[in-house]
Amino acid sequence: MRRFHYFLKDKLAALSLAIISITVIAGIFAPWIAPNDPEEVHMELRFASASWEYLLGNDHLGRCILSRLIYGIRPSVLWVLVALVASVGIGAVIGFIAGYFKGRIDAFLMRICDVMLSFPGYVMTLAIIGILGVGLENILLAFVLMKWAWFARIIRTSVMAYAESDYVKFSKVLGMGSLRIMRKHILPVSLPDIAVTSSSAYSSMVLQLSGFSFLGLGIQAPHAEWGMMLNEAREVMFSRPEMMLAPGITTILFVTAVNFFTDSLQVALDPKLGISGKKRQGRPDSVAGRIQRNEVA
Amino acid sequence: MNLLEVRNLRVWDGRGGSVLVSDSSFQLKKGSCLAIIGESGSGKSLTCRAIMRLNGRGLLQSGEIRFKGVDLNELDEREMRSRRGKQLYMILQNGMRAFDPSSVIGVHLRETLARHYRWNKNETTEKLRQAMQSVRLQDPIGILNKYPHQLSGGMLQRVMIALALLLEPDVILADEPTTALDTVSKFEVVEQFIQLRERTGCSMIFVSHELGVVRKLADEVMVMRAGSVIESGTAAAIFSNARHDYTRYLTSSQRKLNDRFQELMGGAGIADR
Amino acid sequence: MGRYIFKRGLISVPLLLVVSFLTFILNSLSPMDPAEVVLHAQGVPRITDELLEETRLALGLDRPLLVRYWNWFLSCLRLDFGDSYVTGKPVWSLLGPAFLNTLKLTMVSVVAIIILSIALGVLCALREGKLLDKSIRGISFVLTAMPSYLLASLLVLYFSVKLDLLPTNGMDTIGSYILPVTVITISYAGIYFRIVRSSMLSSLNEDYVLYGRACGLPERKITRRILRNSLQVAVSVFCMAIPIILGSTVVVENIFAWPGLGTLSVNSILSRDFPIIQAYVLILAASFVIVNTFSDMVNAWVNPKLREDG
Repeated sequence: MRRFHYFLKDKLAALSLAIISITVIAGIFAPWIAPNDPEEVHMELRFASASWEYLLGNDHLGRCILSRLIYGIRPSVLWVLVALVASVGIGAVIGFIAGYFKGRIDAFLMRICDVMLSFPGYVMTLAIIGILGVGLENILLAFVLMKWAWFARIIRTSVMAYAESDYVKFSKVLGMGSLRIMRKHILPVSLPDIAVTSSSAYSSMVLQLSGFSFLGLGIQAPHAEWGMMLNEAREVMFSRPEMMLAPGITTILFVTAVNFFTDSLQVALDPKLGISGKKRQGRPDSVAGRIQRNEVA
Repeated sequence: MNLLEVRNLRVWDGRGGSVLVSDSSFQLKKGSCLAIIGESGSGKSLTCRAIMRLNGRGLLQSGEIRFKGVDLNELDEREMRSRRGKQLYMILQNGMRAFDPSSVIGVHLRETLARHYRWNKNETTEKLRQAMQSVRLQDPIGILNKYPHQLSGGMLQRVMIALALLLEPDVILADEPTTALDTVSKFEVVEQFIQLRERTGCSMIFVSHELGVVRKLADEVMVMRAGSVIESGTAAAIFSNARHDYTRYLTSSQRKLNDRFQELMGGAGIADR
Repeated sequence: MGRYIFKRGLISVPLLLVVSFLTFILNSLSPMDPAEVVLHAQGVPRITDELLEETRLALGLDRPLLVRYWNWFLSCLRLDFGDSYVTGKPVWSLLGPAFLNTLKLTMVSVVAIIILSIALGVLCALREGKLLDKSIRGISFVLTAMPSYLLASLLVLYFSVKLDLLPTNGMDTIGSYILPVTVITISYAGIYFRIVRSSMLSSLNEDYVLYGRACGLPERKITRRILRNSLQVAVSVFCMAIPIILGSTVVVENIFAWPGLGTLSVNSILSRDFPIIQAYVLILAASFVIVNTFSDMVNAWVNPKLREDG
């Protein structure tokens, strides 16, 4: 809890947390917050500039841009979050099993992870969309399928480090059940690692999803999504370049907030950092594992 | 005659502002060995590095460090660098990390000697061979072509001592040189330190928290706690009748632990010195 | 050393087999009947059950899965990936040139990324905490948060439309490389420069730097040691950048109409041309495994410690 307090003292971190929370809340309560129907077409208001009724103006079909942005949070931010939670969940279960029981189970599970990680994530996402068809749900499914192995790897490493600690050994000697040890002793200490990893994966997933939507592989019209709004804006890029502003800035702002949040989280949760000022040493992951999160849209 | 005089040395964190070493003053006599003892985190290593002016970026220092009549704190970086190695030399705790992990040991030794002497390649090799043999390293030429991770901690300590033999510095600062070693290597390395002093007649600052080693080597002892000097005096005085409670606590709690070591060292106690 | 390379190479063989098998069965995961897809793709007006049966036989779909896999695998080794459902042309005749085009784009970009991220990483590490470091990091922070298609659109808008300097699409001249390479470089250099910077910084605090200075070595020599040690980390990371960028030029290629794998794969996905998708995945996954193996070998070569543990 003291670490959390330390985290809030960092103004930039508090600001990014605020941006993230506001976005998430606005997405959840979109129907109540959005001023207009995001899919209502007003041909007479095409490319209208900002007005009191339409605060950010209207798009090429006269739809309210602000409302579309707010509804767009749902696929662009919230559904990606769901996919993230699902893959972290799967990764955590497998990572815990592998890291705690070790031996053959560990070797077996890690070989599976090796295979999964030897597929380039971006290509596999494309392949899954290719096989299952275009659509938001297939992209999300592809995210879950491609990311769990990477989370499992990281969580395993962190669980292994803590499973060796004296108090876990002590609990084993006392005859505490494995599940209970995991819940009481290992989960709380490995949580920081999980939080930092998933937060850093999140921003790249948001960017990737918007990239796929931009290519027309994601959510289908007339539903709103940030990447798709940018794609629509690109078609009139030469005559009305300002149409790219709203979705573009929103995306950059949100992703930057997530990135800052990740950085501050890492500083706040890492006891080695911050106080002594020493740099965090890299974890001994395989190159493929370390690099997986470096894919951007 | 004092070779090194430190007055009101202060080291603090430039970013956080916390003071790590406060107002330390001490002297090092020519040819003598001053041991700095204390728990880890008491500022021993920081003091040592402050004399070399090698504390990392972000750490600032003030005070007077008078070496051969010159205040080291006043020197510019270039003049300071010309004194490092040849006049002030440092031996680190962990040999594995002290040498560049991606090149063989010989590279560092040759580069250092090339910086301070105008020897040609064969001369350098010959001098290195002699120095390494005299610290009882077998196969010196082979060792020169080994990577640090291929050698043991004790061997690497002796390589650092061999380099000191060649550089013949006025002051050697040894920062916990025996802490990371097993008992047998520790014995060998301490032996080499004693011989190093005999051969070069250098002064030495020996940082350690192992009192057994300190008893064997030190003429004078300085006790540090939480960044300040709390007691100093001759080794005999400190070990037999410390004035400060903390010193007594340190010496008594270590005595038991040292029994085994004392045995190996041939029971060298204060009485023998 | 030789033994390590041999051992590491050997590990990748079963991995390649598993990867190819998974790629093969990807097709069977499709909710649609491949025979139906073929007929649809060829624009057959009325699909009868007999026609479906005939197509299935022609595609060899009646044989057991493992037999089909083995035949497919053997023909893949001869670069025969079957025919496109849509155009009927051999897959390799479409994929081969596209692969080459993407490879060109990737290699130019990787070189640019390496140069830029090492230069900036070293510079920032040496000036840690100073204004230069802070501003470069701040800019890179915003740029990595920017979707690459947005960046691409902005560059096109400015350099091609407003200044009319650079071509917006195709790969006809050297000039047409500039915009796509810039976009890819900017999107990735931000990440790689941070890796270089942080590995430089952690080297700065190493004992060998302290000991080198304590021996009076000149700063130039010390910096060289830091560089050598910290770039070791970067070498493997840069090796892995090649297949990653090879696989994620999709967006950039589509924006600049680059006739490469990205454009081809998106078109194939939209027209459900399975053999092309399959071959695309196989080629990229295989190059991922191969480059990964290769980068481990390079790593062992530059890092003496790893060589022996392996």
